[in-house]
Amino acid sequence: MSLTDDYRRREESITLSAEPAGEETHELLTLNIGPHHPSTHGVLRLLSTLEGEVVRDIKPIIGYIHTGIEKTAEDKSYWKVIPVIERMDYLGYYFNAMAFCGAIETLLGLEVPPRAQYLRVIHLELNRISSHLFWLGTSALDLGAIGVFWYALREREKLLDLFEMSSGQRMHTRYIQVGGVFEDIPRGFEEKLREFLKIMPTRADQYADLLEKNEILLERLRGTGMVDQETLLGLGVTGPLLRAAGNPWDLRKAQPYCSYDHFDFKIPIGTVGDNYDRYRVRHAELYESTKIVEQALAGLPEGPFISPDRKVALPPRHELATSMEALIHHFKLVTEGFRVPPGEAYYPIEGPRGELGCFVRADGSAKPARVHMRDPSFTNLQALAPMVRDGYIADLIATLAMLDPILGGIDR
Amino acid sequence: MEIKREPVSSSDFRVRQLRARDLLRGDLDGDDLERYVEERVLTTTVQKAVAWAQGNSIYPLTFGLACCAIEQIHIVASRVDIARFGWEAFRASPRQADLIILAGRVSIKMAPIIRRLYDQMLEPRWAISMGACCSSMGVYNNYALVPADKFMPIDVHVPGCPPRPEALLHGILRLRAKIQGHAPEGWRERYDAVGTEELLPVEAPATSADINVYQPGDTAGA
Repeated sequence: MSLTDDYRRREESITLSAEPAGEETHELLTLNIGPHHPSTHGVLRLLSTLEGEVVRDIKPIIGYIHTGIEKTAEDKSYWKVIPVIERMDYLGYYFNAMAFCGAIETLLGLEVPPRAQYLRVIHLELNRISSHLFWLGTSALDLGAIGVFWYALREREKLLDLFEMSSGQRMHTRYIQVGGVFEDIPRGFEEKLREFLKIMPTRADQYADLLEKNEILLERLRGTGMVDQETLLGLGVTGPLLRAAGNPWDLRKAQPYCSYDHFDFKIPIGTVGDNYDRYRVRHAELYESTKIVEQALAGLPEGPFISPDRKVALPPRHELATSMEALIHHFKLVTEGFRVPPGEAYYPIEGPRGELGCFVRADGSAKPARVHMRDPSFTNLQALAPMVRDGYIADLIATLAMLDPILGGIDR
Repeated sequence: MEIKREPVSSSDFRVRQLRARDLLRGDLDGDDLERYVEERVLTTTVQKAVAWAQGNSIYPLTFGLACCAIEQIHIVASRVDIARFGWEAFRASPRQADLIILAGRVSIKMAPIIRRLYDQMLEPRWAISMGACCSSMGVYNNYALVPADKFMPIDVHVPGCPPRPEALLHGILRLRAKIQGHAPEGWRERYDAVGTEELLPVEAPATSADINVYQPGDTAGA
């Protein structure tokens, strides 16, 4: 038998009529997605059970980027933990540092100077914008709108320039530290920031123009992945996902920390809790965060940028040459670090993805006995199954994009 | 409207095309042929020409692990546009990719998967280890991570935590030079400092077939 005959014979042996027909005969198919998949936003693995094109169940499998951050933190003195903990949720590095430092400051009973608090707010909100911009760019890319990706990352580069200006690094800046911030903002930072704040709302308008006038995108977002707020609360979901379902829970308002009560801003909420609402809530937060930064910059108080407590904060460099006491403090802090009285503290803040809390147990030594992070991505991922159940597999991709999980935060 | 016609010069594209046709037909001879070959013909080897093309059209794998993936995505974006070097066509399937950029920390759970992805890529293939975690476990010297060199050959290591997009771009240009066969020499060769190695090169031990460990550069087991 020649090759062509063989091929013809095989082709003819396939009969479409042998396929199961009718709803009852449809078999369930288990499909593995990930851990290497371009639209899982990291190394997430999803075990999905499909009936035809409809997702009947989904099981996220995590741990592919488990880094042992919490264990490593137990091996380091308190102020050396900050860079380790920052690399957890790698889009919200200021938030990780803020949650950890807040917990330590609670344990120490340390007062943070007002200027440091305002500087923290400026950087936290800029970080929220940069995180949302990255989410916007990559999510739009998943939905096929590649143009928004270029524009969103263009603005993000500007933000990273600002971070680099104030701290020397684009990512993982270690800017926020126990007692205040690492350094005062440099000369020229303010002008550059004002310039950014001026363009940001118009740029956000442009993203909306690109996305919200696109019928394909609207069809993919509207009415998909809808979950009511009771289910979300039952699963411990916080942040933009919960707010999209209509619950205005935001720790910046509910439990103001770091002088957030000084600022006038609104909490955007959605109505039905579908993917479109999730997109709209995060998009509206771009404007609100810009407003907060504007107010913080306008009312930036004078004063020290870090606590004057020499037992916790490093002395200024020039004092090392003149003061013996400063030299001793410097030596003690750098070699051993400061000691924290025994106790436990949980410090929750509103991260870009929800409630980011840090639990620290101190045993009186210079190293934490236990550091645990309540990462919002981890809890929010639980809500993926109720979101995508009985929807199409194409909506699964859109829902996952709008869920905005950061695998570094989930696996830690 | 007046149309102005320039006289056709000998460097005109069409004139050159016609002369190339003449050459291929064998119509040129003597001084004409000599001059034409001197001016227009570039000699090379097939390997070099292929390497030149390979180095300028790499298809990287769409693959990100952690923080470095964010900076890896930034090299595609508008500021550090990697399309300038012909490397921007990211492929979602390892079977279509030439390059894997390990951007982030590799956990022990992820390592076999990365090795499998690498094995699925077709020859010739290259690997960049981006960032400190992937090269040396970086700030996390703990139970969970494994450096990439332990389980697959790496061509270029890019240091940084995370490396700036420009740093990754530098690594990519280094890899391009390596692919095209003119890898820049290291500082020892440049400063004639041979003999300063801390670890003297030793003969590779004979590996038994049942241990799945390959020396760097050895892709035979793939």
